Amino acid sequence: MLAYIIRRLIATVPVMGVVALFVFSLLYIAPGDPAAMIAGDLATSEDIARIHAKLGLDEPFLLRFGHWLWGVLHGDLGISIFTNLPVTQLIGQRLEPTVALTLTTLVVTVVFAVPLGVLAAWKVGTWIDRLVMLVAVLGFSLPAFVLAYLLVLAFSIELPLLPVQGYVSIRDGFVPFISHLILPSAALGLIYGALIARVTRASMLEVLSQDYIRTAAAKGLADGQVLLRHALKNAAVPIATVIGIGVALLISGVIVTETVFAIPGIGRLTVDAILRRDYPVIQGVILLFSAAYVLVNLAVDISYTLLDPRVRY
Amino acid sequence: MGWSLRGLGRWAAAAMLAAGLLAPAAHAQTSGKTIRFIPEADLRSLDPIWTTAYITRNHGYMVYDTLFALDEHFKPQPQMVDTWTVSADKLTYAFTLRDKLKFHDGTPVRSADCIASLERWMKRDGLGQVMALSVAEMKAADDRRFSIILKKPFPLLLEAIGKLSSNVPFIMPERIAKTDANTQITDPTGSGPFKFVKSEWVPGNKAVYVRNPDYVPRSEKPSWAAGGKVAKVDRVEWVYIPDPATAANALAAGEVDWWQQLPPDLVPQLQSNPDITIANTDPLGSIGVMRFNQLQPPFNNEKLRQAVLYVIDQKEIMTALAGDDQRNWRTCYSYYTCNTPMASEAGAAPLSGPRDPAKAKALIKESGYKGERIVIMTATDQPIVDRQAQIVAERLREIGLNVDLQAMDWGTLITRRTSKEPVEKNGWSIFFTWFVGPDMINPALNFPIRANGDKAWFGWPSDDKLEALRAEWLAAPDLAAQQRVAAEVQEEAFTSVPYVPTGQFIIPTAFRKSLHGVIVAPVVFLWNVEKQ
Repeated sequence: MLAYIIRRLIATVPVMGVVALFVFSLLYIAPGDPAAMIAGDLATSEDIARIHAKLGLDEPFLLRFGHWLWGVLHGDLGISIFTNLPVTQLIGQRLEPTVALTLTTLVVTVVFAVPLGVLAAWKVGTWIDRLVMLVAVLGFSLPAFVLAYLLVLAFSIELPLLPVQGYVSIRDGFVPFISHLILPSAALGLIYGALIARVTRASMLEVLSQDYIRTAAAKGLADGQVLLRHALKNAAVPIATVIGIGVALLISGVIVTETVFAIPGIGRLTVDAILRRDYPVIQGVILLFSAAYVLVNLAVDISYTLLDPRVRY
Repeated sequence: MGWSLRGLGRWAAAAMLAAGLLAPAAHAQTSGKTIRFIPEADLRSLDPIWTTAYITRNHGYMVYDTLFALDEHFKPQPQMVDTWTVSADKLTYAFTLRDKLKFHDGTPVRSADCIASLERWMKRDGLGQVMALSVAEMKAADDRRFSIILKKPFPLLLEAIGKLSSNVPFIMPERIAKTDANTQITDPTGSGPFKFVKSEWVPGNKAVYVRNPDYVPRSEKPSWAAGGKVAKVDRVEWVYIPDPATAANALAAGEVDWWQQLPPDLVPQLQSNPDITIANTDPLGSIGVMRFNQLQPPFNNEKLRQAVLYVIDQKEIMTALAGDDQRNWRTCYSYYTCNTPMASEAGAAPLSGPRDPAKAKALIKESGYKGERIVIMTATDQPIVDRQAQIVAERLREIGLNVDLQAMDWGTLITRRTSKEPVEKNGWSIFFTWFVGPDMINPALNFPIRANGDKAWFGWPSDDKLEALRAEWLAAPDLAAQQRVAAEVQEEAFTSVPYVPTGQFIIPTAFRKSLHGVIVAPVVFLWNVEKQ
């Protein structure tokens, strides 16, 4: 197992290298020049050319990529063109809110969505099943930003219970921390929860039709035991897979959610950097995202061995 | 007593607060002597000399001070300077600094700091570069006295060093001001009424300032950038909220105190809120600008540019841009910001008279236009740009021009506008933008009116007569002479049409009623504002 993990971790290096080269190439050919953004509206062509040269943006592609790669290999993601701050510092400032939002959403949705999916499968064809599926369809259909505005209107303006925007670190207290995350998590989590609930239901329905479930019930086991010990355990692999895929969904979803709730996370950092053509920041963030995806996939693969003893690496 | 959802919510919130379930973190931060302010943009750079970005200029006013500053009568008034003299031949300006001026690091402000700061500013700023041509030397007599010695008289010297908008000649410590003008400074040490807390700066989210206890304000009452800059709160937090709906909700909920620029379409939503004041605190507003590429056909033809003047309807453009409320816009048929000393309607008849598509068509015919494709670039992420472009594109089509309206983001537009190539090679014909009023008040500051060819702003107009008149204006000895020459400059501009002014608009500001003392000025200032 350990050898497998090490092998997988080593395999991430070429993956991230390809991602880095791809992103660097895309940025190179994309229209837009950070020098023009920096210089401001009152700048002349000469001003822009001077800034362009100063930033090293007129260097050949391979030289620029080489400089950047050399820095990355030494743990230096470069300096933001606009703020003149190290990219690692900018990412460090933004990582906590995004991780907090993602984990809160993940925990809340899994806690709600898996039991709802199990319930829907157990009560298949009843009004409970239909209600759960209705909520799931709604979750898929309602864009996160629409839901976000509705939640703010209801719980921050009409019922002034929760803050409209912003983020408070957990170091400043758990209650303010969590109160700033409830609405963003709800907005972000609905589509994710809907996905998990539907997959859980489908997976459970398949398992519940198996002979060994009928046998377990015939033995006189309680419904809870049948559902949780026999059915859910065997239905868990696809559920774990979709939870893993969902994390990728969440990472892309935080961009909209962070904007609507003015949360200073990685998503907003990415959007701002793209709009300004702050190349070192874009490259740094994409590298981080690709690392996160690779690690999540690895975690999902490892979870299979825990959920299904037949899986061995 | 009627029941309402809102009332129920207040009870629920009160109950939860009593139970300690909700900690009003955001509200706690705004309590007492902290102002939470949503600025017009995200603070990205700390160097107001390196960039002309208005947000960095506003940051500069928080942390730096200036030798002179413009007041509401367009007069430069001493700010850091205590006394000054001008020699009879107008070639030597001698200045004495106020006593007890200190930088945020505790060191005194010295003549050497002022000279180094002006030297760096003169390398970057347009007016500074003009001034530099007249400066023989700047020398310090001692730590508080220095002089600027000129090679030839420069009547605008005090206006230049008291310039209101970008780039403002802010005074920095000599060790920082010695930084190459093309390299961004990273140390925000100034001597202004607030100190920047760099450790709390989260670009894209928050910039924090605290009151500078060592700052000695002038005794005069504030007037634009001049007068006493009294910091009346301990802390100011700039909280950048990019989404307008979220910003409106945050202001309504009391999580922020002041939203600098309220989009016109959100005015009705906040107008009914009894806790919020909506005001026009910017007396000069901004000026819309339609810019031609004069290097390439068809707008290298003066007649065609003149034709456009007859179909541009400022009322139509301003209504689309700023709404029906005429407190938020006005027509301004001048190349200078209206309601300022140089503004007039000299030569403006083609733009101010009744719209005349027939005359426009006649001029198009005269120009020999052969149906060449006209690429109008618009930035869909900039409503002010996009609305101007949409309307003008339609009007130009109506008079028979072959318009290709191309949508892009602002980052792409400002890169593409540097291209001097024809439209077939990814060039352009027209783009739109806007400038704040203080940047357009006279021929020296009005940047897009320059017609010095390759050295001019994007579009590169070339008009020797216009340039000669501008030079004459710079040397004009008094206000009457300035106004006379400014009118001549404008008449020539309406002939060669370096750009078309599309109107003057004001973006309202919105703040909680707990704020008092907001200064009416073309730049947002946070001194003098108190929170109760």
